[in-house]
Amino acid sequence: MSDHQYTPESKFGKWFNDRLPLLTLANHLTDYPTPKNLNYWWTFGGILTFCLITQIVTGLVLAMHYIAHADMAFDSVEHIMRDVNYGWLIRYIHANGASMFFLAVYIHIFRSLFYGSYKAPREIIWIIGIIIYLLMMAAAFMGYVLPWGQMSFWGATVITNLFSAIPLVGEGIVTWLWGGYSVDNPTLTRFFTLHYLIPFLILGLVVLHIWALHVPGNNNPVGIDIKKPSKDTVPFHPYIVIKDGFALLMFMIVFAFFVFYTPNILGHADNYIEADPLVTPAHIVPEWYLLPFYAILRSVPDKLLGVVAMLSAIFILAVLPWLDTSKIRSAVFRPLYRQFYWILVADVLILGYVGAMPAEGLYLLIARVATAYYFLHFLVILPVLGFKEKTLPIPLSITEPVLGGSPNLATAKNKESLKIK
Amino acid sequence: MSEKKTNRRDFLFTATYAVGAVGVGATIWPMIDQMNPDASVKALASTEVDVSAVNPGKTITVLWRGKPVFIRRRTQDEISEARSVKLEELKHPESDEDRAKNPEWLVMLGVCTHLGCVPLDQKGDYNGWFCPCHGSHYDISGRIRKGPAPTNMEIPKYEFVNANTIKIG
Repeated sequence: MSDHQYTPESKFGKWFNDRLPLLTLANHLTDYPTPKNLNYWWTFGGILTFCLITQIVTGLVLAMHYIAHADMAFDSVEHIMRDVNYGWLIRYIHANGASMFFLAVYIHIFRSLFYGSYKAPREIIWIIGIIIYLLMMAAAFMGYVLPWGQMSFWGATVITNLFSAIPLVGEGIVTWLWGGYSVDNPTLTRFFTLHYLIPFLILGLVVLHIWALHVPGNNNPVGIDIKKPSKDTVPFHPYIVIKDGFALLMFMIVFAFFVFYTPNILGHADNYIEADPLVTPAHIVPEWYLLPFYAILRSVPDKLLGVVAMLSAIFILAVLPWLDTSKIRSAVFRPLYRQFYWILVADVLILGYVGAMPAEGLYLLIARVATAYYFLHFLVILPVLGFKEKTLPIPLSITEPVLGGSPNLATAKNKESLKIK
Repeated sequence: MSEKKTNRRDFLFTATYAVGAVGVGATIWPMIDQMNPDASVKALASTEVDVSAVNPGKTITVLWRGKPVFIRRRTQDEISEARSVKLEELKHPESDEDRAKNPEWLVMLGVCTHLGCVPLDQKGDYNGWFCPCHGSHYDISGRIRKGPAPTNMEIPKYEFVNANTIKIG
């Protein structure tokens, strides 16, 4: 990469950069060659960084007023809402921020699925991303426990009990997680500690995620390897910075709408009732972003197998680069995959819907079909499709379809025989 | 080095690794074990309940170790219903005689063995308990009959201190 030869202009800059090459890093980040055809689906990386920073800053402030004790947690949250200056605003940003974070991460993941960004040479970026996603779920779950409402308490009970499905040691692990014989004060204090820790682990992984990204560079909507820098690239600053900034503004409008107009619509009314270990709410549902996995858990009539199915649904994503056998990255050139992609999107949305409904009758049947299809997509359709699908000719460069008119069939055929890496 | 021979240095390496592993283990264990139930939690391990006011056909719920315990005074009909079930019909075969030593009193943890919710009294297909979370049905002996729960509701250790008092734990 060209920026390795970077020399600061000022004397002090040179002196400093020789001792700690921060300016070289800054130069790499601004000059970083980016494909010129990135569309708005590519802006969610930046949006996610914004979400993480927002959660860390608002969380830090909330921690100044929150009290992690079973007898005081619920009241301290109400104290934040009613007494603390702008406490309501900060808490609503934090609570809705979690939902916005997941909204953005799902778009980010599905963008990757559509354009094949997880394929070689970007597998490590993808796997780090999945680890971040797992940590996000852990952080969101533990954060939801902290207000110590009814949903907090029973959500914590149900989720920690998932570990009791492990043969032999399960019960011991659950007691260990709880620090007692039920979810209680020791559970709350450790969840608070971990909820505080995890965002910083995510921050570290985000650095690795971006570092790994900057080795091969961004994938792009056409999904072909490009020369960097070349006619196909633009420098990150100002082109992508402006585009990301504009998308972020649009995203913040949606964010602000939730915070100011419907701050509780994504939460659950039962969580404004203080935790009561003697009464389970009639209908326990997790937050919306965990519903598809919850539907998978409930669709299996066996406890251990249900937990295994739910975890597999997440971990299967980590091996996706090896399940998808197609060499073509972008769905633009994969007519069949494109259709299966949208079926998968619909399948996940259906799972999310039935996850919110009671697990009985027709809902249970739909959940079972949708769960089966989810695994079918990854374990059968994707591996087979790579061999069977007749893909469309891919262009030689990003500029070719624009400047050279429609793709030259002869060149494209020739290119097919060369096989893109 | 064509010849493979254990020398003094190899021995020192192995010994060092072994001591190091023991040291790391001994350091990590307190970090893990501190999360287990502490002395104050364990100290609350038993509770005594006065059941003189419980009429037949009624259930009271008491808190023991942070968990609800159902104490049901069963009617004669319920007892005969519970005792007439054949063990082959059960997902987790346990006779009612084993679960309720004194047939009139059923004392059990009011915790669904699926994922830990509190089942509702006098509900479900078997007139026992029904867990609203994921739809497990229990009979009047607290045995799982239908739904995802793997086992019957647990019977805690308890004894009658006198005719009116049950000590749980």
